[in-house]
Amino acid sequence: MVGRIPSDSQLSTSQFNLVGRSVVTLDDITASQISYLLRKASFISEHLPEVSHAAAGKILATLFYEPSTRTRLSFETAMLRLGGHVIGFSSAQNASVSKGESISDTLKTVSNYADVVAIRHPKEGAALVASKAASVPVINAGDGGHMHPTQTLADLATLQSRFGRITDLTVGLCGDLTFGRTVHSLIETLCRFGHVKFVLVSPKELTMPQYVLDRINASDSCSYEEVTDLTAVIGDLDVLYMTRVQKERFFNEDDYLRLRDTYILDADKLRLAKPTMAVLHPLPRVNEIATEVDDDPRAAYFEQVKNGMLMRMALMSSVVGAPLPGFADDSDENVEVHA
Amino acid sequence: MMEVTSIAEGIIIDHVPAGTALKVLSYLHIDPAKSTIALIMNTTSHRYGCKDIIKIQNETDIDLDVLGLVAPHATVDVVKNAQIVEKQKPRLPRHVTNVISCANPRCVTSSERDLDQLFHLSNADTGEYRCDYCDEAAKL
Repeated sequence: MVGRIPSDSQLSTSQFNLVGRSVVTLDDITASQISYLLRKASFISEHLPEVSHAAAGKILATLFYEPSTRTRLSFETAMLRLGGHVIGFSSAQNASVSKGESISDTLKTVSNYADVVAIRHPKEGAALVASKAASVPVINAGDGGHMHPTQTLADLATLQSRFGRITDLTVGLCGDLTFGRTVHSLIETLCRFGHVKFVLVSPKELTMPQYVLDRINASDSCSYEEVTDLTAVIGDLDVLYMTRVQKERFFNEDDYLRLRDTYILDADKLRLAKPTMAVLHPLPRVNEIATEVDDDPRAAYFEQVKNGMLMRMALMSSVVGAPLPGFADDSDENVEVHA
Repeated sequence: MMEVTSIAEGIIIDHVPAGTALKVLSYLHIDPAKSTIALIMNTTSHRYGCKDIIKIQNETDIDLDVLGLVAPHATVDVVKNAQIVEKQKPRLPRHVTNVISCANPRCVTSSERDLDQLFHLSNADTGEYRCDYCDEAAKL
């Protein structure tokens, strides 16, 4: 095996240096590094032509053991827009797992082909297994109902672009708060920056798990309230994060059907909200946001899609050590960490 | 036959949660069929209301990390020549490997071969452990 020779940038001791790092959860990177990625994504959005060859020669492997067209296309587009290449599979039926190969063996194999791996798997903790087995950085693209860190990065980038900050906000999270991994991850990450009030809107069957509430309680500057009525609180919110009740997370279809239609955001409810509120959703939606909301300037969920791609570009260029022309890696400009 | 009230050599594990003595023995890998053991179950405790007590003859070395996991409030008396010569407290280990298994059916440990069962101490105040892989709380 031929060892990889780090470039000058890879040898950097910058606090923002992410070269070679796997990101299974956002706990794997510091709050300063998250701020750095937000700044990098903002730079990329303004300089797409300039960065279009930044990762030339690099290969991304997308190992998707369950279908997720949106996330897979986002990762693949992100690498292609950096000038790199993409290999991989889009379902377990197309992979060696159908022959009984373990995650670890697949990752040990793919590490010989690719410079970075994005893995999506229905089992919780699969990305951790992958990162331990791989010799290249592994990015968790969703492991069951557990973690989806790049979705959270997309959410943060959307807050940053809408409000110019990710603190001092009242953030409502609505729908499936029990199985909704995106909301768990967003809360835990926002708590690291502090100064956020969370309003948790869900039916009693789908409330926030205690360990997430414990995380909020552990923050000096964050707080939460749990409610069941969206219309009663929507006027207080800076952000309304809607979630889908996910059929695949239920063992019992009757429970799914009963809870699916609990909250639907439509124009009538939106009239009660602040004119500056931002509506976020990890997509895909089923019926929890009426299509009439799409044309409202408060609808930010398609911006999230673009921000997701930009953040994946920022993250992948960082972990493979691909410097972006014109981007000052070591600058701490715009980095604000409050807690 | 050993008298329940005293042992000459061995250990006494006191303040075991009521009704869990057999489970504690199992986690400590002490086989009741091969050891001289006295179990006192569901007896009165001034501190906890009800408790179990385990007396093990000729055994002075138990895994305090494992005991901390399954009975964090237990106390261990080491007995020699019918005298208590040492008192030990179980530790709350930061990590435990292959002691308990994750009960979450969605956890990768339920399907991936040859994975160690890894748990970490998530709350030292409550003695709560969570799976390293899926963050599910440990169920003993």
